[in-house]
Amino acid sequence: MAAVLAQGLRKTYGKKTALDGFDLEVAEGTVCGLLGPNGAGKTTAVRILTTLLRPDGGRAEVAGFDVAARPRLVRRSIGLVGQHAAVDEVLTGTQNLELFGRLYHLDARAARARAAELLDTFGLEHPGPVKEYSGGMRRRLDLAASMILSPPVLFLDEPTTGLDPRSRGEVWKAVRALVSTGTTVLLTTQYLEEADQLADRVSVIDTGRVVAEGTPGELKSKLGGDRLDVVVRDAARLSEAAGIVGRVAAAPAEVDQDTRHVSAPVVERVQALTEVLAAFSAADIEAEDIALRRPTLDEVFLSLTAA
Amino acid sequence: MTELTMDPPFTRLRWALADGWSVARRDLIHWIAQPMTIVFGVAFPVVIALAFGYLFGGAVDVPDGADYFAFLMPGMYGMTMLFGLGATMVAVTTDLSRGVTDRFRSMPMAPSAVLIGRAVADLLNSVLVLAGMLACGFAVGWRPASLGGALGAVGLLLWLRFALLWAGMYLGLVAKDPGAVTAIQTLEFPIGFLSNAFVAPGTMPGWLGAVSEWNPLSSTVAAARELFGNPGWGGDSWVAQHAVTMAIVWPLAITAVFFVLSVRLYQRLDR
Ligand SMILES: Nc1ncnc2c1ncn2[C@@H]1O[C@H](COP(=O)(O)OP(=O)(O)OP(=O)(O)O)[C@@H](O)[C@H]1O
Ligand SMILES: [Mg+2]
Repeated sequence: MAAVLAQGLRKTYGKKTALDGFDLEVAEGTVCGLLGPNGAGKTTAVRILTTLLRPDGGRAEVAGFDVAARPRLVRRSIGLVGQHAAVDEVLTGTQNLELFGRLYHLDARAARARAAELLDTFGLEHPGPVKEYSGGMRRRLDLAASMILSPPVLFLDEPTTGLDPRSRGEVWKAVRALVSTGTTVLLTTQYLEEADQLADRVSVIDTGRVVAEGTPGELKSKLGGDRLDVVVRDAARLSEAAGIVGRVAAAPAEVDQDTRHVSAPVVERVQALTEVLAAFSAADIEAEDIALRRPTLDEVFLSLTAA
Repeated sequence: MTELTMDPPFTRLRWALADGWSVARRDLIHWIAQPMTIVFGVAFPVVIALAFGYLFGGAVDVPDGADYFAFLMPGMYGMTMLFGLGATMVAVTTDLSRGVTDRFRSMPMAPSAVLIGRAVADLLNSVLVLAGMLACGFAVGWRPASLGGALGAVGLLLWLRFALLWAGMYLGLVAKDPGAVTAIQTLEFPIGFLSNAFVAPGTMPGWLGAVSEWNPLSSTVAAARELFGNPGWGGDSWVAQHAVTMAIVWPLAITAVFFVLSVRLYQRLDR
C-alpha cells in the first residue's frame, strides 16, 4: 500500500493555478523528494496532503485514509514540518515539546519524558528560549516536535532552505536517522543535491504538475549527468574549444561569448575531463578554469520542460 | 464530516477544554518569561489615565463637583478592555503568519482548542491588566462605593472584553498579517473618544452625541460608574437610562455575531 497517494489534485487561488493535475505515489518506508522551483506548487501539495487545505479536484490518501473524508485519522498518522519553523520563540525547547506532547494527548509525565528523549536524540540541550537557537537548531526542534508520536508518515517542506551548509548537514543527519526507523518521508526541496542525498525517488514538479519521476540516478542519466565547465583565456579560440568539449560530451556545448564560458553535460565525468584537457593541450588552447559540477536546478528544468 | 472512530460527545468536550488549556498555558509561560509585556500592558492605559486626569482634569466639568479621576477611571477601565481587541488580533495574526496555527491544525488535537485557548489566555491577561488599572485608580484617589457593586462592575467590564475577544479573533483571521493589525489598533482611540469614557456625550454635537451614547463602550462604562458608585454624566436617552441592561445586551450581541463568524472562518482556513 502506498503511504502517500495523490491523484489528479487541483487547486486554484483565484485565477492562479497552483496545482494542475498533481499525481504522486510514495511507497511505505521510502523517502520521496518533491523537487521544484519557487511557486511550483510544492507547499500547496503538502498542505493538501496534511489536511490544511482542501483541493478543488482530485483525491489523496495518506496512511490509507482519505484526506478529505478522514482528516482526523490522517492527522493522527502524520508529522508536518512546514516551510517556516512553527515553534514558539519564547518557550524553551523543552517547553515547546511538552506543549505539543500534551496536545498529542500524552499525560504530563509522558510528555516530559518524550521531550527529554527527543531533545537528546536531536542534540538540542540548550536551556534558553528558542529565539536563542540557530536556524539549524530551530529546524531540528521543528522536526522533533513532529516526531512526538513517531508518526508513520512525515512531511518536510523545504527543511533546509536558508540554512548554512553545516546546519543543512545536521538536518540531513536527523532526517536519515528517522528514515532508518522506517518512517515514510515526503520532502520538498529546491536543491537537486538534497534530493540526491536523501530521497529514494524524486518527483520533479513544475507549474503544478509532476514533469518527471524516478530515482535520482535515473533522472541524472536522463539529464546527461554532470556538467563540464571551461573558461577559455583567448576569446578567439572559443568556438574551437566548444568543438572539442562538444565531441567529448553527451550533447553540443553551450557557449557564452562574454564570459568565455563553454559548458556541456558529460556522462563519464573523469574520462571526459581528461580527454578535454588532453585535446586542449594538443591544440594549444589555454583554459583559465575547468571544473566538473552538478547540473543546477535551472538546467534540470530547462531540459525536462523542453523535452 | 464523519469519522470512523467518533469519540463520544463528552470525551470530545473534555479534550476541547484540556487542549484549550494547553494552548492557553503557552501564553502564561510567555508572561513569566517576558513579564515586561504585562507591565507595558498596564503601563499604557495608566499613562493615558494620568495624562488625561492631570492635563484635562481641570478643564472638564464633572457633575456634583467631583474629582475628574473619580469620573475618568471607570472610562479608562473600559478603554483597557477595548485595547484588548488589538492584543487579541496581534496574537491571532502572529500565530497564523508563523505557521503555529497550521501546526495545531495538522495535529490530532481538538480543533476548537485553538480558539478556546486564545479566549482563556486573553481573558486572564485582561484580568491581570484590569487589576493593575484598579490599583492605579486607588493610587490617584478613585474609590468604589461598595464591594458588591465593584464586583458587578468588574464583571461587566470583563463581559465586554469577552465579546471583544471574538471580534478580535474574527478580525485577526480576516487580516492574517500582523502588519494589518496596526490599522485597526489606531481605530481604538476614535472608538474611545466617541464614547462617554472621557467626556459627556451631551457636550458633543447632536448626532455625535447620539453615536456616543449608543457606543457599546458607553453602556459598559456608564454601568460601571453606576455600580462603582462613581459620578456619571446621566443623560435622558433610553440607552443612557438603561446602562446596566445595555452593558449585558451589547456584549451578548457582539459575542453572538463574532463567535459564529470567527468559528466559521477558522473552519474555512482550509479553503
Ligand atoms: N494563499 C495563496 N493565495 C494566492 N496564491 C497563492 C497562495 N498560496 C500560493 N499561491 C500561488 O500558488 C503557486 C504555488 O505556490 P506554492 O506555495 O505551492 O509553491 P512552492 O512550490 O511551495 O514555492 P516556494 O518554493 O516558493 O515555497 C504560486 O504561484 C503562488 O504564488
Ligand atoms: Mg513552498
